[in-house]
Amino acid sequence: MNSRYLPLAATTAIFVIAYALCYAQFPAMLSTRVIGNLLTDNAFLGIAAVGMTFVILSGGIDLSIGSVIAFTTVFIAVVLANSSMHPLTVFALALVITTLFGATMGAIIHYLEMPPFIVTLAGMFLARGMAFVLSTDSIPIAHEFYGVLQSLYWRMPGGGRLTLIGGLMLLVFIAGMVLAHRTRFGANVYALGGGIATARLMGVSVGNTTIAIYALSGLLAGLSGIVFSLYTTAGYSLAAVGVELDAIAAVVIGGTLLTGGSGFVAGTLLGILIMGLIQTYIIFDGTLSSWWTKIVIGVLLFVFIFLQKGILWATARKAAVPENAHGR
Amino acid sequence: MNAETFGSVRRFLPQIVALVAILAINTAMFPGFLDITVQNDRLYGSLIDILNRGAPVALLAIGMTLVIATKGIDLSVGAVMAICGAVAASEVASGGSVAAAVSAALVVGVACGAWNGMLVAVLGIQPIVATLILMVAGRGIAQLITEGVILTFNNEGLAFFGSGSIFALPVPVLLWIGMGLLVAFVVRRTALGLLIEAIGVNRRAATLSGVNSRVLLITVYMVSGLCAAIAGIIAAADIRGADANNAGLWLELDAILAVVLGGTSLLGGRFTLLGSLIGAMIIQSINTGILSSGFPPEFNLIIKAVIILLILVIQSPALRTFLVFWRAPKEEVFDKEQSAP
Repeated sequence: MNSRYLPLAATTAIFVIAYALCYAQFPAMLSTRVIGNLLTDNAFLGIAAVGMTFVILSGGIDLSIGSVIAFTTVFIAVVLANSSMHPLTVFALALVITTLFGATMGAIIHYLEMPPFIVTLAGMFLARGMAFVLSTDSIPIAHEFYGVLQSLYWRMPGGGRLTLIGGLMLLVFIAGMVLAHRTRFGANVYALGGGIATARLMGVSVGNTTIAIYALSGLLAGLSGIVFSLYTTAGYSLAAVGVELDAIAAVVIGGTLLTGGSGFVAGTLLGILIMGLIQTYIIFDGTLSSWWTKIVIGVLLFVFIFLQKGILWATARKAAVPENAHGR
Repeated sequence: MNAETFGSVRRFLPQIVALVAILAINTAMFPGFLDITVQNDRLYGSLIDILNRGAPVALLAIGMTLVIATKGIDLSVGAVMAICGAVAASEVASGGSVAAAVSAALVVGVACGAWNGMLVAVLGIQPIVATLILMVAGRGIAQLITEGVILTFNNEGLAFFGSGSIFALPVPVLLWIGMGLLVAFVVRRTALGLLIEAIGVNRRAATLSGVNSRVLLITVYMVSGLCAAIAGIIAAADIRGADANNAGLWLELDAILAVVLGGTSLLGGRFTLLGSLIGAMIIQSINTGILSSGFPPEFNLIIKAVIILLILVIQSPALRTFLVFWRAPKEEVFDKEQSAP
């Protein structure tokens, strides 16, 4: 097997084993109801994590997504409360704003040659600040269109509901996989992650690709904000604090290298499902406290990073062997 | 000596100008801002308040400066603060002495730093990822220690670290200034600072030329953990309780910001502790100024973001190359490069 697939295989194995263990203890875990809820509850995180996957594949990082999600929910709630605009128009407006926001960060990173970490950190402050300026209160959304959207679901066999937002997350993941593995843009993202100088020599338009990557991350964070507002029917400027870390954790657990250049969008989906599974298990168990989620995710992060290091080391050694043999 | 003093003043000129400008704006908007009074043998006033409230960020910035000088970053300091605050609070809450509580917290902080350092130096994991692990898991661990509640205590001895005063100065102020002087003395009066910078420039080259980069890196992360532990004790002592969820929340970002504002490049290789401490005071002056002037605190983050962006744009290599190209005489260019913070 190609060693590039090893982290993904390990993630899949861990997910299957963890689910099997959960199933052994609580057979109800395999019901479509639980699976439906798993998808619905993690929809906003999953959508944002797809954007994060692209950013990390290119060797960057985006710390602003949690704030952008919060800003989007507040923006939607404030506009809906103060105007007669249709939610769909407001959604489109929000997506345009968040995409431009991401694109601006990408442009600053590229043209001013600044580290993505600090640029998106400023973006994080800025987006959260904008949300605070719009409103510091939690604003309920009472538009009837929200009720329509929430009542849309597909009843799976066994009584589980695949809600609109859960289905949307799966669609975004499929679109992300196509974009990453079947398009020119995807190839450019991987090339950037392999090294900017190399990518430039390969003829990749580094500037345009960088801007497009952060714009995509902004767009998906905005979409995630829309989903979050559907999920909670409210806009709140303190919502989604720390989501960027959950998304980074999901990407890493999904087997993507944080140095960029190697990984899969599908891995991120598994990362999200593993994190959701931990939470579901804690709810089923009833005696475990919620802080175990954080600790277990931390341990999983460590295990995966360690595993990746091992694989990289083994591949480097394997690559070195024929060279030596040749020299002799 | 005179030239040296002049050189160091000129080096921090942008930071000092920024700090003075912010304080001047505060004074203009809020008369009496500079007043300092003595009550119950302790100094009071907005300036003292800035020094006092800025203590956690200043402490974190000391450790963060060294870490960033090695081309690293420590995202876990906020979580380590929460853990150490929880350790200290649980120790006194269960009847332990203040000395035991403080030393336990310090040991745990150093241990957290050692863990980060091991991941970076021995396993070769990127610092941002290595410290992310403890950043995510750390709050969970802190909640485990406090059992999910805000662990309060009534120990005057421990509370002294947050609200006590010595020679009319609040204890947190003395702690961060003392720690800053100690670390600055150790790294600048020995070759340690130079070796740390050598790792930041090129770890491989430093190792090849005989620097024990592994031990040095672990030590640097341990210092960062120690600073976070002191900040955690102050935060817990200040509210007489350990709040695992909110103690030190987002302070790692403020600390990184203070370091960057102080003129240390995130790319490593050179550092200035004094600059970072001025940076921490700039951040606290903005916070205090916005609060005391009656300006809506909602704008706090936006103002912060704009200031970061401005300073970063000025620092950015691209802009510097552009300016160097723009300026004519070659000697002057060389001079600018030398004196750049």
